[in-house]
Amino acid sequence: MNAPLLPPIGMLAELTHRCPLQCPYCSNPLELLKANHELDTQTWLDLFSQAADLGVLQVHLSGGEPTLRRDLEQLIAGLSARSVYTNLITAGVGIAEGRIEAFAEAGLDHLQLSFQGARPATTDRIGNHRGSHEKKLETARRARAAGLPLTINAPVHRHNIEEVPEFIDLALSLDAERLEIANVQYAGWALANRDRLMPDLAAVNRQADIVTAARERLAGIMNIDFVTPDYFAVYPKPCMGGWARDAFMVAPDGTVLPCHAAQTIPSLRFERFGDRRLAEIWADSPAFSAFRGTDWMQEPCRSCERREIDWGGCRCQAMAIAGDAAATDPACIKSPIHKRMAMLTDAAQAAPEGNESFIFRRIGATTPRDARTDHGPR
Amino acid sequence: MTALRERAIVSLRSAPSLPRHVRIQYDPVRQAFAVLSPEKVFWPNEISLDILRRCDGRSTVERIIADIAADYDSDPEDVAADVIAFLQEWSDKLLVKL
Repeated sequence: MNAPLLPPIGMLAELTHRCPLQCPYCSNPLELLKANHELDTQTWLDLFSQAADLGVLQVHLSGGEPTLRRDLEQLIAGLSARSVYTNLITAGVGIAEGRIEAFAEAGLDHLQLSFQGARPATTDRIGNHRGSHEKKLETARRARAAGLPLTINAPVHRHNIEEVPEFIDLALSLDAERLEIANVQYAGWALANRDRLMPDLAAVNRQADIVTAARERLAGIMNIDFVTPDYFAVYPKPCMGGWARDAFMVAPDGTVLPCHAAQTIPSLRFERFGDRRLAEIWADSPAFSAFRGTDWMQEPCRSCERREIDWGGCRCQAMAIAGDAAATDPACIKSPIHKRMAMLTDAAQAAPEGNESFIFRRIGATTPRDARTDHGPR
Repeated sequence: MTALRERAIVSLRSAPSLPRHVRIQYDPVRQAFAVLSPEKVFWPNEISLDILRRCDGRSTVERIIADIAADYDSDPEDVAADVIAFLQEWSDKLLVKL
């Protein structure tokens, strides 16, 4: 029998795919949705209400850039009225005067602000947006002035991994109580740009030592969450805390997904909010049922003592690298193709430097066929 | 390296409170109290919940220890170390403000 159906705790709402930045590792799908596909205010509010009924306690408001939604204040207020904890995940560029205060007023609980670099030149280059670093600093100040607690999110890759100590100082200087050092996950745009983003082993090891020391030094001062790099791992992460176990996400058009990259698994069929109620989608949508629990597992996962620790790891990474979404995540040392991860990181070191070669995130920049070129069997 | 804040250490005179980004909430779906924080949800056991609910920014740690001891019909000296260790751990994770 499959695992018992638990109510979801967390929901990631991708309110829009529109964004002023063009980060080459964006977790949005390669086929970005235009504004005219986005759910309207009332549909989001209905969805949030159904999510609260179902047991969702936290909603992460994300995108794209969620503040491009002019109704964001209303959406926050709707969640707040249902006592749902709200976390705004923003790039912090171009937020109009008075809006951050309005989000706080509407009941926003927490703000997470991304920095593409700890140095202005890096931030501006990676996001392909001149002046963005300065704007982010200003957003951080405004958020703290509005009394909002702040997390700084630093997506880490070859071009900023040496800035990790500076990211720590930056987060402290902005009075953040939390810093995420998040090694880029190679799905979506990051997979398309993998050879241009992948750090080398020496840099990864230096980073791990720096973060470990900083965590100890900053206990009680600032929390540092460390999203470790899969390609250098021994065991995989419990992706999403287990497929369809306690969290899900919703795309701008209302498609309900088990994770960011689930649409890269061609065998899955997804459902949209509105066509069915959220509770029904959560309970028995084929995409959610596909990898829920442990019944779907093959060896070596099926008999592994860690099967309910990491839930087999990331299905999308298994798809991308092993060519089989039900395979063991190749990040796992027990995967028969684990060695391929090291080969891919080595191959990446031979790739050209510089942002001339990035495929920057924008509508029509690439097609899924271009970007899914991989070295695994199809 | 500019550490603008310092690690807070629990003393009997501390008056702990929950920071703005942390709240205790009853969840009718799971019929349990949850502690909500930026990325995590905690499900405290009964005694943890009893301590956290007394973190109102007015009650001192000494007072909290006395209250917990009375509630659980035990000697304050027996519960003191546990309460202090619990508060220090939660303070170190920035879930309790001292």
